[in-house]
Amino acid sequence: MAQQSLRQRLEILADAAKYDASCASSGTAKKNSLGGKGVGSTEGMGICHAYAPDGRCISLLKILLTNHCIFDCHYCINRKSANTPRARFTPQEVVDLTLNFYRRNYIEGLFLSSGIVRSANHTMEQLVEVARILREEHDFRGYIHLKTIPEADAEIIHAGGLYADRVSINVELPTTAGLTRLAPDKNAGQIEGAMGRTKARISQAKDERKRFRHAPRFAPAGQSTQMIVGADDASDSAIIGKASRLYGTFGLRRVYYSAFSPIPDASAVLPLKRPPLLREHRLYQSDWLMRFYGFAPEEVADAAEADGNLPLDIDPKLAWALKFRESFPVDVNRAPRELLLRVPGLGTKAVARILASRRHRTLRLDDVALLTASLAKVRPFICTLDWRPTLLTDRADLRGLIVPKTEQLELF
Amino acid sequence: MTAMQNVSLGSHYAIHLPAPDDFAFWRERARGLIQCDVPPDRVSWTLPGGTGDLFAAEGPSRSEKRLPVPPAEPRAVRASQRFLTIARSAALHSDPARFGLLYRVLWRLQTNPRLMEDKADPEVRRLEELAKSVRRDAHKMHAFVRFREVQEEDGTPHFVAWFEPDHHIVRAEAAFFMRRFANMRWSILTPRGSVHWDGEVMREGPPARREDAPGDDPVEDLWRSYYASIFNPARLKVGAMLSEMPKKYWKNLPEAELIPQLIAGAQAREAAMVAAGARAERARPASLAEVAQGAAACRDCPIADCGTRAVAGEGAPGATLMIVGEQPGDQEDLAGRPFVGPAGQLLDDHLARAGIDRTGAYVTNAVKHFKFTWKGKHRLHQSPGAKEIDTCRWWLDAERALVQPRLVLALGASAARGLLGRTVSVTRERGRAIRLDDGAELWVTVHPSYLLRLDGAAREEQVALFADDLAAVKARLAALAG
Repeated sequence: MAQQSLRQRLEILADAAKYDASCASSGTAKKNSLGGKGVGSTEGMGICHAYAPDGRCISLLKILLTNHCIFDCHYCINRKSANTPRARFTPQEVVDLTLNFYRRNYIEGLFLSSGIVRSANHTMEQLVEVARILREEHDFRGYIHLKTIPEADAEIIHAGGLYADRVSINVELPTTAGLTRLAPDKNAGQIEGAMGRTKARISQAKDERKRFRHAPRFAPAGQSTQMIVGADDASDSAIIGKASRLYGTFGLRRVYYSAFSPIPDASAVLPLKRPPLLREHRLYQSDWLMRFYGFAPEEVADAAEADGNLPLDIDPKLAWALKFRESFPVDVNRAPRELLLRVPGLGTKAVARILASRRHRTLRLDDVALLTASLAKVRPFICTLDWRPTLLTDRADLRGLIVPKTEQLELF
Repeated sequence: MTAMQNVSLGSHYAIHLPAPDDFAFWRERARGLIQCDVPPDRVSWTLPGGTGDLFAAEGPSRSEKRLPVPPAEPRAVRASQRFLTIARSAALHSDPARFGLLYRVLWRLQTNPRLMEDKADPEVRRLEELAKSVRRDAHKMHAFVRFREVQEEDGTPHFVAWFEPDHHIVRAEAAFFMRRFANMRWSILTPRGSVHWDGEVMREGPPARREDAPGDDPVEDLWRSYYASIFNPARLKVGAMLSEMPKKYWKNLPEAELIPQLIAGAQAREAAMVAAGARAERARPASLAEVAQGAAACRDCPIADCGTRAVAGEGAPGATLMIVGEQPGDQEDLAGRPFVGPAGQLLDDHLARAGIDRTGAYVTNAVKHFKFTWKGKHRLHQSPGAKEIDTCRWWLDAERALVQPRLVLALGASAARGLLGRTVSVTRERGRAIRLDDGAELWVTVHPSYLLRLDGAAREEQVALFADDLAAVKARLAALAG
């Protein structure tokens, strides 16, 4: 085959990397390039430098070092049995691309992953080498996210965490049975073992920094993971349960859900029908309910329908509220924060505004309208000085009144 | 009320700000006015280049002179931390009424120190809105400034960007770019002024025009390639993109010119992906005859288009033993029966020697069509690919469900993949049972054609191993029968 140009390889290896959902560049230690030799800064808040027409933000240069792979995971475009063009970068090429993009303010940093070549250890060493050149030779102070290969030795993974802001290991599928069937070369125990070791390293490094100011940081932006939704038959309840266990056990910053999407040259084992993108969205919403709204995983699962899946036409918080009407209406002038957070249509910011304002005035419906995004959504579930939805909350057809109408398309 | 003494009743004060983003100047003047108890409706704030206030027709110099003088020991003017944070941002907004609003809120803060907490107050809300839109503009500036590299005369690279902010944020946000690109020489040019950093000192310059910025940078081609490749056409969400990257920014983003064509091509690309993997939804065959018919008509993989026929399995439903090969060969394709060529004859010999009755078994292949390339006049066997085996698994699974064998013998790695869905090593798996989903046992051994390709000592060794495998299968069959 003719020598591929840098641009061709960039196209192949970016295309191969796009099925990783994560692109976050937030929540890491603050650093900047003042007094250094290179470029780069991270100031807490992530920055999305562009948005692709798929609605996803482009914050990091997200590429694979190579898409050659000795594994044969059915859902993956890079599995060894797929008929896809292959390419690879040298670590130096990735470093040059990252710096060239960074200097032009295209990106916040690098998200590097790789297919497994030769061995897990060899591949992980190559990934770490890229991070090392960036940090040590170019004094790069931007964001680095390294995908960790759970089959690699702990020492190599550890070396990566010393350079990276975030490390991640994908659990890939919500159930062990799904993993065995669709990713025969991977092992659930091995993946969770590596996540556990990473968690231990992160908390150890945090503890050391409390005692010694110059102790090295280890992945200051923590670790995250990704699950594919809709490739196996796990229900939303099962996925939520798995995610909450992962958050609890491994102290993850984020669990990403990636709706299985058609890939070129798909394996025949996969389902042909893709799950609706809305399902992924509902899972993120339930994720938020657990992380910011004080919902327990069982409570989110309560919002699911009989088959264990969340309703697609309404969000999980509204679904929960419609099931547990006895908790409503909530008095916005008296209710504690936890109860206000349960009201559909009130987000964390609106609740904070209500709590601050009600020290100064007794809220009326008009005041609430100023503090929230949509009064119509909130109204059936709250009481104010001049409003009680007594009849509304008890109506059997409440769901029909609230659910967004589906529009019948006109003949064209 | 000493302050009131030098505030002439009913007089109006006009303050002219030297720069549209000069918060410090406003703060200084506002403090003095409050110390003199000048109520908000008697102060007007004008911006450079802005239309003068109706009551301030005297011009800047005279009205400045007329400003009241605070008493010798002025009382302290107080504001909450929250007000300061919000006011610093809101002062940068392009709304000409912003300084008046700031003064009104500051005035009210003197009697109600916790005013900023009352989020339902219209003026507080407006102030928060202004600050929010300035913060958003600043955030978009961090995100959407695109530098282009030019070589200076001394050979050092200089990175220059053209950006059009909505509000007066350039001076305030220069510090962000300084922290990020401290060791780079860069300039940001905007219609509201420009900033230049040479690695040590920040300089401010006059408003610039788009033509002052460089027109191109070769790295932008790479960036556009990246942008086009990272986009997943199977999940088009234009609305989500537009809400975060509104069209007004597109003209200064090199990648934005690709967006229309990416959106236009997306549905076609997704449809092509789905069509490539599509199989018609169909019911599981109810009989072996239906399997044979269905496989003959199947066009799910390219092998079926070679002009060959599908070779169906042979044997009775209910057979205890199922023997699975790789795919029909040249002679099998002609005869329409499995295992009739040289490899089939070798298999028959070995089965007879091991005491296994082929007629009592169900014999089939993992792939139903013959895959080959022409070599002169001969059709040369080609191994099926993993995807082709996986595609044909539909028929093999149907056969297994109908025959319900208790023991499956897979000949070669392709057959093993057809049964297990993953590639296994024959040498590692041979000689022991693997449990299949339906409870049947899978035994894996080499394909007889492998023995045909060997000679000498190697062949003798492999033939002996093959015979051992068959003997083990025979013993296992006897155990299952008994």
